[in-house]
Amino acid sequence: MSLPHLADPAGRYRTMRLIRSFEELALEWVRSGLVVGGTHPYIGQEAVAVGVCAALDPADQLTSTHRGHGHVLAKGADPGRLLAELLGRVGGLNGGRGGSMHAADFSLGILGANGIVGAGAPIAVGAAWAARRRGEPTVLASFFGDGALNQGVLLESLNLASIWRAPVVFVCENNGYATTLPAASAVGGSACGRAAAFGIPAETVDGMDVEAVRAAAERAVERARSGGGPSFLECLTYRFEAHHTMERRFRLSYRTAEEVASWRERDPLAAQPPGAAAIDLEVAELLSSAAGFALASAEPDPATATDHLYASGLRPRSGAAL
Amino acid sequence: MTLLSYAKAMNRALADALEADPAVCVFGEDVGAGLAGLTLGLQQRFGAERVVDVPLSEQAFTSAGIGAALNGMRPVIELQIPSLLFLVFEQLANQAHKFSLMTGGQARVPLTVVVPGSGSRSGWAGQHSDHPYGLFAHVGIKTLAPATPTDAYGLLSSAIRDDDPVVLFAPAGALGVREDVTAPLVPVPIGTARTVRRGTDVTVVAVGHLVHQAVAVAEELAGEVSVEVLDPRTLYPLDRAALVESLGRTGRLVVADDSNRFAGFAAEVLAVAAEECRLLAPPRRVTRPDGAVLPFAPTLDRAVQPSAGQLRDAIRAALK
Repeated sequence: MSLPHLADPAGRYRTMRLIRSFEELALEWVRSGLVVGGTHPYIGQEAVAVGVCAALDPADQLTSTHRGHGHVLAKGADPGRLLAELLGRVGGLNGGRGGSMHAADFSLGILGANGIVGAGAPIAVGAAWAARRRGEPTVLASFFGDGALNQGVLLESLNLASIWRAPVVFVCENNGYATTLPAASAVGGSACGRAAAFGIPAETVDGMDVEAVRAAAERAVERARSGGGPSFLECLTYRFEAHHTMERRFRLSYRTAEEVASWRERDPLAAQPPGAAAIDLEVAELLSSAAGFALASAEPDPATATDHLYASGLRPRSGAAL
Repeated sequence: MTLLSYAKAMNRALADALEADPAVCVFGEDVGAGLAGLTLGLQQRFGAERVVDVPLSEQAFTSAGIGAALNGMRPVIELQIPSLLFLVFEQLANQAHKFSLMTGGQARVPLTVVVPGSGSRSGWAGQHSDHPYGLFAHVGIKTLAPATPTDAYGLLSSAIRDDDPVVLFAPAGALGVREDVTAPLVPVPIGTARTVRRGTDVTVVAVGHLVHQAVAVAEELAGEVSVEVLDPRTLYPLDRAALVESLGRTGRLVVADDSNRFAGFAAEVLAVAAEECRLLAPPRRVTRPDGAVLPFAPTLDRAVQPSAGQLRDAIRAALK
C-alpha cells in the first residue's frame, strides 16, 4: 500500500505545494530571525521527494540530507512539528534537539536528515540489511545530492548494497551544484556510471517531472522489494534558491540569472491538476495552523539540555564548577 | 580449575551474546576465518548472515552497523587495527554517538566496536600501534579497556547489551593474559572500577595491560610502600566514586596510561583528583609522550610506552 497522501496526482501536487509553501515560510522565518542558524531550501526540487515517496509504502524508510525538509514532508511528517523543530521548540519532531539539518520521525520511517554529505547512504544500507534479515519487506530510499557523488563512503555504500543485494533505492538529486561548485567541474565520469561500476541498475530521470520520477522510483522499489537488490536514480533538478539561507546575504554569482530563469520555467508546480487553486488554499490554511502550533510550542527548559544524550539514561557530568 | 585466556574470554562473550539474542550480529574483516581470534569458529556456528565478512570499507560497514542498530539489531563491529578508529571517527563520534540526542530520543544506536589488539603489538610501527581511547572518552562514547579475561568477558557482554555505542579496546599487551576462572563468567557493569590490589600509601590508576605492570611493580615495592592498584576498566564513564574513595584513603596518585600525554586519559584522572580530593603530594602520571607516533625499531617502540621503571620512579616521586 503506497502512501495515501501521494496516491493520486492531486495528492502529489498538494504535497509539492506544501513543501514549496513550507520552504517559503521557513525562508521568511529565517529572514525575520525567528529561525536561528539557517536552512537549505528545497524549493525547485519538490518533484524528486514527492515522486520517490509516492513509490514507497508507509513502512518503508528513508535517509535524508542537509536539504531535507522536502523528504521529511513527502514521507508524511507533520508540518507543524517540522516548523516547531526549525524553531527549536519542544513540540518539534526532535523536541528541538535537531533543527533543520537533523529532522527525523522514526515512527514514519524517516531515519533523519544528516549534516554530513553522503552520510545517510551507508546508514540506509545497514537499515535495509537489518530489515531484510528480520524478514520485513522494508525498502530504503536514500537521498543525496551530486556533491555526495565524490564522497568515498557513498561509493563504499554502493558496493556494500550491491554485494548484499540490499533493498535500497539510491536517489541522487543532481541540482547541478555542490554548494557553488558545478557538477560538471566536480564529477569525473557520471553519476549513473558510478552505480553501473558496482553492478547497480541506474537511470537518469527528469527530476522536474513528478510523474517521471514516480515511474522510475516504482520500478526501483519493486526491484528492491522483490529481492532484486539496489537501484540508482539520478534525478536532474535545480534549486531555485540559494544553497543555504546565509548565501542570500553574500550575493554570489556562480549561477547566471538566465540559468536560474530557464530552470524556473520548468517549475515542477507549473503543471497544475484540476482544482489546484482549492488545493493551494487548503495548503495555505494547513500551514497557517502549522505555524500557529509551532509558534505556540514552548522553548525547551535549559535544564534538559543533555537529556537524550544517552539512550541508556547515563547522565553526563555538568560543565559547571563543582 | 580452568585456565581462560583473554582472547578466548572475548570469543566466548561474543558467542554467548550471539546465542542469547538473535539481534546480535558481527561485521568485520576476516571474521569468518577468525583472523583476529575474536570470532574464531563463530561463523561456522552462527552462519555467514550473522557473522558477516565485509569488504575493506570501514566507513561504510561501520555506518551500516548504525543503520542496522536503528532497525533493531545489536551489531558488533570488529576493527583489526586500532588506527582504523581514526578512519571511522566520523561514523562513531559524529553519527552513532549523536543520534540519540539529535533525534530527541527517538533513536538508539546499540553498536559495539571491538579492537582486539589495541596499542603496540611490537614491530607494527606508526599506523598500527595507537591507543586512542582518550579520543572516544573525550567525545563521550562509552569506552572500555578490560585488563583481564574475566573483565574482557564481562565488559564485552555488557557492551553488546548496552543501548548506546560502545568502543572496547582489548590491549595487545593483555591478549596473552590467562586467568584461573572458578566463578561463572558474568557481565561487568559499565562504569565500575575494580580495586585490583589494596594499599594504603598511594593509588595507582592503571589502564588495560598496564594493570598487570602496576601490580608487578606494587609487589616489587611492597617492602617500601603500600600501593593500591585501581583498574578503572571503563574509561568513560569513569567510576569517579571509586577513585575519590581510594584517594581519600591514600592521598597520593599515580596514573599509568598507554596513550598520549597531552589532554590524555591520565590528565582527566588528575583533574578529577584535583577537583574532588585533597592530595598530600603532586600527582604523577606515566604515559606516552605528547603526540606520540610509535617508531618501528623495537627499542624505540618500547621507549615511548610507559615502562615499569617509569612507574617505579613515579610512585617514589608521589611519596615525596
